[in-house]
Amino acid sequence: MGTVLDIKIKRANKVYYAGEMLSGVVVISSKDSVQHQGVLLTMEGLVNLQLSAKSVGMFEAFCNSVKPIQVLTSSIEIVKPGKFPSGKTEIPFEFPLHVKGNKVLYETYHGVFVNIQPQKGKSTPSPVDFTITPETLQNVKERASLPKFLIRGHLNSTNCVITQPLTGELVVEYSEAAIKNIELQLVRVETCGCAEGYARDATEIQNIQIADGDVCRNLSVPIYMIFPRLFTCPTLETTNFKVEFEVNIVVLLHDDHLITENFPLKLCRI
Amino acid sequence: MAAFPWHSRQRNYKTELESCRLEPVPLDFGDYHPLKPITVTESKTKKMGRKGSTSSTSSSSSSSMVDPLSSVLDGTDPLSMFAATADPMTATANMDSSRKKRDRDDNSTVGPDFEPWSCKRGDILARYTTTEKLSINLFMGSEKGKTATSSSAVSEKVRTRLEELDDLEEGSQRELLNLTQQDYMNRIEELNQSLKDAWASDQKVKALKIVIQCSKLLSDTSVIQFYPSKFVLITDILDTFGKLVYERIFSMCVDNRSALPDHFSPENVNDTAKETCLNWFFKIASIRELIPRFYVEAAILNCNKFLSKTGISECLPRLTCMIRGIGDPLVSVYARAYLCRVGMEVAPHLKENLNKNFFDFLLTFKQIHGDTVQNQLVVQGVEIPLYLTLYSPAIDWILQCIAYHAPEVLLTEMMERCKKLGNNALLLNSVMSAFRAEFIATRSMDFIGMIKECDESGFPKHLLFRSLGLNLALADPPESDRLQILNEAWKVITKLKNPQDYINCAEVWIEYTCRHFTKREVNTVLADVIKHMTPDRAFEDAYPQLHSIIKTIIAYFHDFSVLFSVEKFLPFLDMFQKENVRVEVCKCIMEAFIKYQQEPTKDPVILNALLHVCKTMHDSVNALTLEDEKRMLAVLINGFIKMVSFGRDFEQQLSFYVETRSMFCNLEPVLVQLIHACVAFCFITIPSLTGIFTRLNLYLHSGQVALANQCLSQADAFFRAAVSLVPEVPKMINIDGKMRSSESFLLEFLCNLFSTLLIVPDHPEQGVLFLVRGLLNVIQDYTWEDNSDDKIRIYTNVLHLLSAMSQETYLYHVDKVDSNDSLYGGDSKFLAENNKLCETVITQILEHLKTLGKDETLKRQSVLALSFFNSILAHGDLRNNKLNQLSVNLWNLAQRHGCADTRTMVKTLEYIKKRSKQPEMSHLTELALRLPLQTRT
Repeated sequence: MGTVLDIKIKRANKVYYAGEMLSGVVVISSKDSVQHQGVLLTMEGLVNLQLSAKSVGMFEAFCNSVKPIQVLTSSIEIVKPGKFPSGKTEIPFEFPLHVKGNKVLYETYHGVFVNIQPQKGKSTPSPVDFTITPETLQNVKERASLPKFLIRGHLNSTNCVITQPLTGELVVEYSEAAIKNIELQLVRVETCGCAEGYARDATEIQNIQIADGDVCRNLSVPIYMIFPRLFTCPTLETTNFKVEFEVNIVVLLHDDHLITENFPLKLCRI
Repeated sequence: MAAFPWHSRQRNYKTELESCRLEPVPLDFGDYHPLKPITVTESKTKKMGRKGSTSSTSSSSSSSMVDPLSSVLDGTDPLSMFAATADPMTATANMDSSRKKRDRDDNSTVGPDFEPWSCKRGDILARYTTTEKLSINLFMGSEKGKTATSSSAVSEKVRTRLEELDDLEEGSQRELLNLTQQDYMNRIEELNQSLKDAWASDQKVKALKIVIQCSKLLSDTSVIQFYPSKFVLITDILDTFGKLVYERIFSMCVDNRSALPDHFSPENVNDTAKETCLNWFFKIASIRELIPRFYVEAAILNCNKFLSKTGISECLPRLTCMIRGIGDPLVSVYARAYLCRVGMEVAPHLKENLNKNFFDFLLTFKQIHGDTVQNQLVVQGVEIPLYLTLYSPAIDWILQCIAYHAPEVLLTEMMERCKKLGNNALLLNSVMSAFRAEFIATRSMDFIGMIKECDESGFPKHLLFRSLGLNLALADPPESDRLQILNEAWKVITKLKNPQDYINCAEVWIEYTCRHFTKREVNTVLADVIKHMTPDRAFEDAYPQLHSIIKTIIAYFHDFSVLFSVEKFLPFLDMFQKENVRVEVCKCIMEAFIKYQQEPTKDPVILNALLHVCKTMHDSVNALTLEDEKRMLAVLINGFIKMVSFGRDFEQQLSFYVETRSMFCNLEPVLVQLIHACVAFCFITIPSLTGIFTRLNLYLHSGQVALANQCLSQADAFFRAAVSLVPEVPKMINIDGKMRSSESFLLEFLCNLFSTLLIVPDHPEQGVLFLVRGLLNVIQDYTWEDNSDDKIRIYTNVLHLLSAMSQETYLYHVDKVDSNDSLYGGDSKFLAENNKLCETVITQILEHLKTLGKDETLKRQSVLALSFFNSILAHGDLRNNKLNQLSVNLWNLAQRHGCADTRTMVKTLEYIKKRSKQPEMSHLTELALRLPLQTRT
């Protein structure tokens, strides 16, 4: 019958914090008048632990505790049963954001409508300098066959504010082989623990190329990456699960040698 | 004696003529006749208004003879319909332009003295071309079959969007191989269009995808010689995208009441707009590859204005640094050029960033000679000199941005930095292209020195000389250096082996030569050009440059006697052997001649040369020549003919006309011009003749010729001259040794003149019937012989003339000349004037008849009276009582004294009776009854 229902939230960036009032309107538009049994608005906050494709069998075997954890729920009836007139009807609503019981509100890091912010953290800058040469590499099979190179650089801080970019610099001082590509790889490490043990899963969530081709030697290339809003959250450690982040600097040489340097990050929100 | 008002009979010459012809046989409608027109009758069904069209449909209701073509045009012509519904494109374009105009007033935008990118792009596209096959590599994955799952729709939507973005990287690959340059350009244009379409249909993700894919093409350096053009094409798309995003966010800021002012601050931007803007930046920040991420962000740089005041000034340095990550020096320098371009558009006051880009470029300059680049060139088979020229548009642009309103100190510093680098010819060239011409010109000798020192195998030297020449065409070097500069430069230029390289330099340097030196140096240069371009017909590939040389020379040499005394000028013209080019050049020369030649000339050098030039133009005319072209050529040739004057030497003038007539017989306007000239010649020559009647007749003939050629004022002058010559006609003239009275000749001449005067239109500044009045005065004052009635005969003829003149349509016309009938269109004032004249003339005639009442002149009286009667019968409207009475009186007068010839009288009466049977002539019956026939007793 062409009745369209839409929920519009007042705040443009759709970010709300605990204790705040979530407000908006329900918009009903239809050509003809509509008979209805009342409009009920339910708000729900969930922590959903999903089975990753990699760890299927393993989880099923030992873990029954990965049920969705409800952290927030509330429901209001905004309109009593009746009839909507034809045209557009807007019904305003408000929800207080209160945590259920003694649970903590965690920040969502993907695809849910509402972003919820827990307590504020503090960040102190922790710069890291690095030098990459064939000698500094681990996990090398034939160190002798590696072409010579010297890459220096630094990250301005591994303690990052989630809304600020990751910054730094990288200089290729010397490289025997031509450079094909330099990338920043942002990795999320999720750990799920329960009485039976724990499962660890690392996912690449963003990959940013910072150098394309054989870059000029001795000219610093900026390291710059904005954290994706939906896939990152402050580093989190609870009894049930852990969410951590790492960045890899990946250098691909023209002869297809792959050099990776890993830096754990600590994300927080100020 | 009472005055008789004249009423001339209304004549219908056409029916009178027809009545003398064979009777036409009417043809019945149904009859067959091969020449009968084909009649198409269209049965019209009512048209349905086209769906969605806003223009109303007008249905024409004409029943017969509807041209099937014109019927298409009624009302719903798709083109006019398009124009009628206010075209949204033009509307926005207008808005744009008005916005731009307002912007220009502000000092935060670039002034009009900054040569915009749009001027450059055409040159780049024309210069950097390839015949090699190109490829476009797109990863536009097929739209995923999105069967939206019903649960948690919102997050699902976000997820698919993100997947789509990822899809760019992993999705199915579409590779278009073996494209010609034109194909490639078409494809890019298609992409540009699909970007606009996607945007218009609200597929923002698809639009972004297209832009990303397009900018990705810029990381591909295969077919490297095409790279600059590819850059131009793709940055066009980026510009489109940038504009779309900006306008979209801008439109979101429009609340119910008012739009955002042009110079808004971020506080005035509402949250929704800010959030949308922020989303774009986040999306772009997550693009994996460096080059697309850079270009797309640069494209929407302007959108930072919505977020914060300092956004742009923070972004520019970051983007500048980001370019350091681009390994290929050519790709990176173009990225810099793009950033500078966007920067100049969005925030021209931020200069530091421009300098930073240039210094960064200098830092990477050594990469050009690195192994990576060299290997690539070997693979592609591209020579270093060619490769280096690929950098020019980008470096030129960056330097131009830097040099715009920059202090001298900065320019000097930049130049010094360039000098320090090895193989600086490339940079030197860009410095010359981008910096102020005055700056370069004052240091010309330094530059020549530097150019000479450049490595032979590097950047092509002729380009350096060309750039220097371009500067010297705009600004003057110090006086003392001028000759030395020319000598030094030409020494190098003349040694250039490749004719194209040579002519490209010569084309530029000719301006400098013309500007500062005399015809001697120009001649030398021309000789040198001829020497270089003649072997192997090299000139065939250099027509545009040679043409430009001619244009430059004629722009400086306005004195054509000097120009044509440049010995090599005509031999230079001979190099234009392709006809259309040749004609174009000739046109240029003639245009310049008409523009600059102030005084008439008879200089044989100019005449010879220009006759040659004009002949070339004339000879190009053939059956296929367009009318416009012919008109153009004729105007030019006429301009030349008008400027030729031999003063009092009429014979030479005439012989010149004869010569030109034979030369330019294909162009009608030129012939008309010559007739003008010849008519003028006649006018001057006639007074020198002695025979008075020869003169009179020649005036009349020349006048007729002039009239026939639509030279109205000339004709007028001839007739006036003839009229004023009449009083000088002597009474007796010598004919074949005998003295004879001249009156009969005069009578004959005047009658002839009258018949011509009928069709001579009145002079716009003189009174009505000016010539006829003048002639009447002359006749009045002329001393006629006492015993002659010639004066009255003439008056009678004048009456005939005036009657003919009062007709609605005259008996005859000269083609293309409007006579008084169409000029006055039977205006009552004109007719009144005409009748007044008639009245005077009649009075004169009647008075004369009265004087003939003596015995010895009764015979004459009778003859004149009858002749006047006949005139009235032929030309007068006898329905008028007074005229009717007058004619009866005249009839009686003719017979009164028995002098009339009875047979004539009888015949006349019979004629009247016969006439009375014709339609509308019945009143003559009554008249005939009133005309008694006297029999001599």
